Amino acid sequence: MAELAYLDLTEAELETYRVQIDEILEYIGKLNELDTANVEPMAQVLADDQTADATLREDIVVPCAVAGDILKQAPDPEPPYFRVPKVIER
Amino acid sequence: MSAAWTISSVREAIAANKISARELAVEHFRRIAARNGELNAYLTLSEERAYAQADKIDAAVAAGKQLPALAGVPIAVKDVISTRGVRTTCGSKILNNYVPPYDATAVTRLEAAGAVILGKTNCDEFAMGSSNENSAYGPVQNPAAAGTVPGGSSGGSAAAVAADLAVASLGTDTGGSIRQPGAFCGIPAMMGSYGRVSRYGLIAFASSLDRIGPLARNVADVAAVLKVMAGRDANDSTSTTAPVEDYSAELKKPVKGMKIGVPKEYFGEGMDSGVRGKITAGIELLRKLGCRVMDIQMPHTDYAIATYYIIATAEASSNLARYDGVRYGLGEEADTLVATYRKTRGAGFGPEVKRRIVLGTYVLSAGYYDAYYLKGQKVRALIAQDFRNAFQKVDAIVTPTSPVPPFNLGERTNDPLQMYLADIYTVTGSLAGLPGISVPCGKIRGKLPVGLQIFGPAFGEARVLQLAHAFEEAGGATV
Repeated sequence: MAELAYLDLTEAELETYRVQIDEILEYIGKLNELDTANVEPMAQVLADDQTADATLREDIVVPCAVAGDILKQAPDPEPPYFRVPKVIER
Repeated sequence: MSAAWTISSVREAIAANKISARELAVEHFRRIAARNGELNAYLTLSEERAYAQADKIDAAVAAGKQLPALAGVPIAVKDVISTRGVRTTCGSKILNNYVPPYDATAVTRLEAAGAVILGKTNCDEFAMGSSNENSAYGPVQNPAAAGTVPGGSSGGSAAAVAADLAVASLGTDTGGSIRQPGAFCGIPAMMGSYGRVSRYGLIAFASSLDRIGPLARNVADVAAVLKVMAGRDANDSTSTTAPVEDYSAELKKPVKGMKIGVPKEYFGEGMDSGVRGKITAGIELLRKLGCRVMDIQMPHTDYAIATYYIIATAEASSNLARYDGVRYGLGEEADTLVATYRKTRGAGFGPEVKRRIVLGTYVLSAGYYDAYYLKGQKVRALIAQDFRNAFQKVDAIVTPTSPVPPFNLGERTNDPLQMYLADIYTVTGSLAGLPGISVPCGKIRGKLPVGLQIFGPAFGEARVLQLAHAFEEAGGATV
């Protein structure tokens, strides 16, 4: 899971989490006491008519000159780019 | 704490020229300087921005202009809410030097209403925690009960108000993170319905649950701050178009005859006897106010924590994928891009955040998705249905905010499951998307604050506030 989540964990962390997450999953297992075969999953909190975006908004152009500010937050920028280690081998 | 400022006393004093907005800000920064070393409630102060805003208010006073609702009111903002030009860490090392290039809509609206933002408050890392002990910047002391936790994750926001280091504050609530610290620090604290307050600029933890809401010294102030923030925002597609009521005007409506449901499932095992005593006395007080109290059943309550820890961790594992060491925040150097991600995230996230990312990745992974995430969404529907059924019979639901009073610092840090179970009474309303408030309901042995929680139906904020206000006026804080 740590691999999937791109998360470096130490051996000690892995051991601690293994025990703790087993315990949490065992607790979560109590949901199996409930028969939910005929229950629709709640994937939305708001009803459709409670938001304005049930329909598409108008496409309006607004200025958004924030690239400089945003790049300033990057650990290793090379304006106007973010720099990353080489990803494609020739 | 006798002469503590409230929004109305600030307004009167400023309008009558008894104090200037700048003097009030100076007074607060002086108190912060004196006490923050011990309390650790603030992580960053925004003095320059606060004084610029205060001077604007003072100029408006001098020009005889009409003052906006929160003119000169010093407010603290939880450090997961973006503030342009003011460092915003989320209580995490991974955002140690992050300075947002824009303001959250909630902050924009507060400032437009005249509020003076003093700074950013400490919190559990990415709002994940119930005691504020998961902050990378150290724990917060509970000003209401020395040696105990202030609650979490909005522990700094609650402590700042309770210690008189702000008149009101913003917190965020995903599973109880506004209400429980409010209860622990002895102040009212509220989350509005899902969609009521724009989350534009709120750094995401669990998007189907996260909400921004106020903590303040009294319910009237909670109502005033909520009113300023509430309402549709084009920048947040989950903010609702439902009309915003005038909460402050609604406050004074009578509560006599209101039907109050008390679910027995919220008084089960694991509940502290002192908390039980105070909540029972609180419910008696509501009865004296003319409310009709009745027992109700909410049969899926016991499944809420398990459901919450599936949904919240799943969403967190997705939301926190954005910390990649490339675009902002910490960036650890490595030979490959994937190694950069791994190293940055391994070094930047703290233990609770890592635990939740791993758990969230697991419940979403192929082969387990149906057993966990889909199951969780289905049980979430059942929990929401419990509330809908209840609100067919009652106007409001009253419960304890937390099963336990503030616990000691360090007491629960080694057992994550025990810590999660502290949210047992708050996560239900989070999952159902409903408004909820915690109001002070006495102190155990005169020392440890207890909070009474009131839930209302979706967009029933006015009713929740009315009841909380009547309870407070009738002496709820000293039952």
